[in-house]
Amino acid sequence: MVEGILVEGLIYSILALGVFVSFRVLDFPDLTVEGSFPAGAAAGAVVAQAASLSPNAFIKALAVPAGMLAGFLAGGAAGFVTALVHHRLRVPPLLAGIVTMTGFYSINLRILGGKPNLPLITNNPMLRLARSFMGGVLPPECSLLASCMLVCLVLFGLLDLFFHTEIGIAMGALGDNENAVIQAGIQPNRLRTWGIMLANALPGLSGAMAAAYQGFADVNLGQGVVAAGLATVMLGELIVHSQFIGVQLARVFLGSIIFRALMYAARSWGYVAGITPNDLRLLTALLIIASVAISRYGRKQR
Amino acid sequence: MIRVHNIVVSFNLGGGQEHMVLKDLSLEVERGQTVSIIGSNGAGKSTLLNAIAGTVPLRAGKIFLDGSDVTSLPEWERAMYVGRVRQDPLAGTAGDMTVLDNLALASRKGPRRFRIATPPKFAREMADRVAELGMGLEDRLHENVSRLSGGQRQALTLLMAVLSRPSVLLLDEHTAALDPANAEIVGELTSRFIAAEGLTALIVTHDMKRALEQADRVVMMHEGEIIADLSGAEKEKMDVAGLVKLFKKARGAEYAEDRDLLQ
Repeated sequence: MVEGILVEGLIYSILALGVFVSFRVLDFPDLTVEGSFPAGAAAGAVVAQAASLSPNAFIKALAVPAGMLAGFLAGGAAGFVTALVHHRLRVPPLLAGIVTMTGFYSINLRILGGKPNLPLITNNPMLRLARSFMGGVLPPECSLLASCMLVCLVLFGLLDLFFHTEIGIAMGALGDNENAVIQAGIQPNRLRTWGIMLANALPGLSGAMAAAYQGFADVNLGQGVVAAGLATVMLGELIVHSQFIGVQLARVFLGSIIFRALMYAARSWGYVAGITPNDLRLLTALLIIASVAISRYGRKQR
Repeated sequence: MIRVHNIVVSFNLGGGQEHMVLKDLSLEVERGQTVSIIGSNGAGKSTLLNAIAGTVPLRAGKIFLDGSDVTSLPEWERAMYVGRVRQDPLAGTAGDMTVLDNLALASRKGPRRFRIATPPKFAREMADRVAELGMGLEDRLHENVSRLSGGQRQALTLLMAVLSRPSVLLLDEHTAALDPANAEIVGELTSRFIAAEGLTALIVTHDMKRALEQADRVVMMHEGEIIADLSGAEKEKMDVAGLVKLFKKARGAEYAEDRDLLQ
């Protein structure tokens, strides 16, 4: 149970990192994620499936990582479309995201070969990979958790490093005061395009991992992920206050695990209060409202 | 070096009516020259600076910076030549980022690289530069800019504008939103930075005294035109009373109010 929550929390924290980049760093309310997350799941599943059928043992072993890379790229492509629609046609961020997300529903169906659902041959290939990777040292469930932690740790390190580079600083400034970025002789739209691509590539990667973990990709996986991601980001912000990007990134992981734990609790013991799995979306919405309310109230107090 | 060549800027009022903000205006500023721009509200002073910076479109005319024709370049490309400070202290800095990060952003013009933006050596250099402001910001490099006062923030914006040694410095009433004491400090810093870096500067101001003191040349504007251009001995002889008289004469007796010019 605890491993399940942690693994899910870590996998979906990567989605929330994307939401953090768009909503918080770029100040670009991006709904594309509802399309890029399942796009990553679909592309990841298809690539992982193809690779795992390969006679070449090396390719076979790399099925899940290859799927993760495919998911990352597919998500980034969705982000690129949103950025293009936003910049070239001057469509507002929300609408640009809705357009891309709507279009990607059909594209995702095509990636999945015209079916809404693609089961992977090996049930939970992620577990298999983790087992072969670390199974010698750790028990199977722990090795899965260790692999997810490794992926998240690497991502955390890379993103923290990135936001300390010149490009990362400029990206942070872009969401804060675009004029300051223009004054530095930087083309703001190009920079924002890279940012939106990153903000969707991460959910794409998360989608590919989710598909590998669950053992299937589904075209409807994206429903509600923006709200879930936002709730995660806000939960983190509620718990840890910081202006440092490293802490801001780290608290996304924390928020994600807490969010998954809350959802798990509602699923398992919610019946006591009459909560059914049908109420989880309502719970997510209330969580967001509560987070906003608490942070507003807290700010007034200071 | 700035060359503004017969520029026309107008805004559409609707119904086929147009308001001419700049009427066939030309201005040449030599390298290293500091020019004060004065005039009543609505004279087109800020519009002239905006036209040079590339934030308002021209109906006609050309603009050259450092000898290159920048007329068709967007704002971010012209920023390669231009350092700019506006009236609003919030306009030039990213408030939710640290002082050091803001300085890193402004330290260089042009595309960014995958390279750590604020290595220790850079931080030490910037501590020295920020110390020049005399506001104690050298101890607050890692604080967010939103925590600074208006005067501190505008002084930082000024430093950011000159940090990359731009060919042209455009200051648009950059001390007007500050309290008198801070306006004085930022005004002094402005003169010091311009002298130290040998910058070419255009300074819009309503402060006649400072306009005369800080610049090699004073340009007076009225209704989209330059009505007086004083430099050399002519400018040296001029005082505030003289400027007001000049303004009244050029403007015609019917609305001659000192207040229009001085406010």
